[in-house]
Amino acid sequence: MLKLENISFEVENEKEILKNVNLTIEKGKFIAITGPNGGGKSTLARIISGVLKPTKGKITFNGEDITDLNITERANKGISFGFQQPVRFKGITVFDLISIAANRKIDTHEASQFLSEVGLCAKDYIFRELNDGLSGGEIKRIEIATIIARDTNFSIFDEPEAGIDLWSFNHLIDVFMRMHQDQEKSIVIISHQERILDVADEIIAMVDGAIVRRGAKEAVLPELLHCEDPKNCLNCQDVLEA
Amino acid sequence: MNDIAKKLLKEVTGLDEMPKGAYSIRENSKSLAKQSSENIEIVSKKDNSGIDIIVKPNTKSENVFIPALVTCGGVSDLVYNDFYIGESADVTIIAGCGVGTGDSCDGSEHNGIHRFFLGKNSKVRYVEKHIGEGDGTGKRVIDPVSEILQEEGSYMEMETTQIKGVDSTRRITRAKLKDDAKLVIKEKLMTHGDQFAESSFEVDMDGVDSSVNLISRSVAREQSRQTFISKINGNTKCTGHSECDAIIMDHGVVKAIPEITANHLDATLIHEAAIGKIAGDQMIKLMTLGLSEAEAEAKIIDGFLN
Repeated sequence: MLKLENISFEVENEKEILKNVNLTIEKGKFIAITGPNGGGKSTLARIISGVLKPTKGKITFNGEDITDLNITERANKGISFGFQQPVRFKGITVFDLISIAANRKIDTHEASQFLSEVGLCAKDYIFRELNDGLSGGEIKRIEIATIIARDTNFSIFDEPEAGIDLWSFNHLIDVFMRMHQDQEKSIVIISHQERILDVADEIIAMVDGAIVRRGAKEAVLPELLHCEDPKNCLNCQDVLEA
Repeated sequence: MNDIAKKLLKEVTGLDEMPKGAYSIRENSKSLAKQSSENIEIVSKKDNSGIDIIVKPNTKSENVFIPALVTCGGVSDLVYNDFYIGESADVTIIAGCGVGTGDSCDGSEHNGIHRFFLGKNSKVRYVEKHIGEGDGTGKRVIDPVSEILQEEGSYMEMETTQIKGVDSTRRITRAKLKDDAKLVIKEKLMTHGDQFAESSFEVDMDGVDSSVNLISRSVAREQSRQTFISKINGNTKCTGHSECDAIIMDHGVVKAIPEITANHLDATLIHEAAIGKIAGDQMIKLMTLGLSEAEAEAKIIDGFLN
């Protein structure tokens, strides 16, 4: 479905942020990308969604070269991007944003269902402005609701768990699992959370702008923790058993 | 009434035809139509141009329409309207001004001087739209002055809107509040081209537990300039808040000049001002939802001025 070939991203006078990344996400897959901060995960998400242009490489989506397409064009091809830090808007309501995301005329009942999916009581939120009056957790859940409303075949979420309380987080896993039931849809989640890594089909570990490992959780995590003997390592066992 | 006048009337007041109840419609410096109702009397002034609007005490949920229309170039209109709101009355006043100069090269001007006298425990919602239309080079100028005197326990909400079309505006609003009087002002403004708009507020909170909330949202596009001046004086135990939120685009310039003065230990006054261009991440978010750059910009501006 999505193929990245030799993708690099450099900023002048700074180190290379992405180094020759090659990655294929197949249809129906649920992939988690993890790794230390500053490893290039968010940059990768921004390059996939078109927010950043790679300095080198090629991106193909459903067989079509989308490297030169802008954000809007990629969105309309079916790529969704959930922000790590959702944006606030004065005067734009939750209903407005969900309607834009759905890209068709929806009524408040339908919009409410998207909010219920992320555990928000619709009547309290549907006509709220997306301003500073909403907490970090609330706006994060609304962000995820916009991606559900878009209902595209490819979605990438940048740390969806950040800022969300434990109860909502459990709910969130269910949301991703429901999305994953659709074999036409691929989901990529950038996350540090064990629980998300647990439910993903595969894990990709990124360190210093490169993919260092891809595979099952048991194989990837020890690599990330720089452990030579995971079987006898307490750290690795803790992580693996969690 | 010709087509230009009808169109302006519709845009200013939302009316397709003459309203029911009390109204006074003014066109090109003359009274076009006027009607009183049982509770609201509209009387022409004898000494100068304008009307007195007298609302009986305890009048409930009535509307008054008082639009002023200028439908050709070369008109300079000055009008004095006084509103006397009886005790415990509750009314909505739909005012506003449409200036259409057509393709004329002569400018036109409408200056309304409105005075509001709110009786005890009365409630007024005042809605005012400024519309400017015409392709000619004639300047459309609207300089409104509002003076508000609020007796004890009265409430006034003033909503003013001016979206493009008016070349120059200097708005002055002065208010004096007695005990428990509350004033809420919501201003929406968009300027473009070489337009200039200045909005100046001066509020004296003289009564105990009086309050004012002044909210301005504006967008300055192209080479237009705006100045927002808010003077709030807390002379007793009272609360005052003013907020100036502006988006600048192209070469637009916005200046916010707050002056809040607490003349009493229990006066609580707050001023907030935020001026800046549209945040890049707002554009990006809407584009990731499938909107083009232009659509995203329009959506953000529409919401902001909503």
